[in-house]
Amino acid sequence: MKSLEELKAIREKAQAQINLREEKSDAVRVLVGMATCGIAAGARPVLNAIVDEVAKRGLKNVIVTQTGCIGICQYEPVVEVEIPGQEKITYVKMTAEKAVRVVNDHVVNKQPVTEFTIGAVNK
Amino acid sequence: MRELSLNVMDIVQNSISANGTIIKITIAENSVEDTLSIVIEDNGRGMTPEQVNHVQDPFFTTRTTRRVGLGIPLFKMAAEQTGGYLNITSQVGVGTVVNAVFKPSNIDMTPLGDINQTISLLIRCNPTIDFVFCHSIDHKTFTLDTREIKEIVGSEVSLDNPDVMEWINGYLLEQNELINGGARNL
Repeated sequence: MKSLEELKAIREKAQAQINLREEKSDAVRVLVGMATCGIAAGARPVLNAIVDEVAKRGLKNVIVTQTGCIGICQYEPVVEVEIPGQEKITYVKMTAEKAVRVVNDHVVNKQPVTEFTIGAVNK
Repeated sequence: MRELSLNVMDIVQNSISANGTIIKITIAENSVEDTLSIVIEDNGRGMTPEQVNHVQDPFFTTRTTRRVGLGIPLFKMAAEQTGGYLNITSQVGVGTVVNAVFKPSNIDMTPLGDINQTISLLIRCNPTIDFVFCHSIDHKTFTLDTREIKEIVGSEVSLDNPDVMEWINGYLLEQNELINGGARNL
């Protein structure tokens, strides 16, 4: 059974690490469109895959968040990646598998996955 | 929507947009009465009676990026096609309650689907909002209240901490098995 004692242990562990945490201002932001259009097109498994991959890799300075409809419903599920100092990249027609690649190539290695971007799909 | 849990994710988004800080999601399955009810309650900015009527119209939306709003109409359709209903009560400055009742035995019933994944992602992506999730199947019930978790882990640990999320996911899974009649780890 999941016990409250485990939560207390998490608190103690986190307190020990707290000074190691980097500033959030230079964090990479990953936004997943979760309006009706995005959800209907399959955004939930995409968001889940991103959250899982970020946790698995122990990425500290990445903020994964939901966003609303940005008006390109026909391209959902849409994922946007914002790295401070770089142009925002919009990925379209995402799947859980593509999302894992975006985390690995773009978020971690800073190499955008050009073939999944709106510019490539829109051609 | 292929799963009602996806509708829940969508409707909760309205509560978040309305600046709700406490969002309560209650799922109650009753096999004797043949009902499944989903209640989503928030303390957001609320709506006027006119707005409550409008949101059930697919061609009403508060957003500016497109001119249709299908969240509530799709959820309502899913309920009504089983012989159930959806109603909304709201008060400006107090909050909104969306209540949908389904008849699970109907052939047009949409499965509830992976409700735990919906709850988990909502908590993970909105660590500053408090969620109260209550799921019951007949007489068995469980509740997850993020305010209780925050009290234990303290203000310096965010709920999107991977260890906390792992605990939450494990708790949801285990409690779900219990109310579904699974006898694991009793």
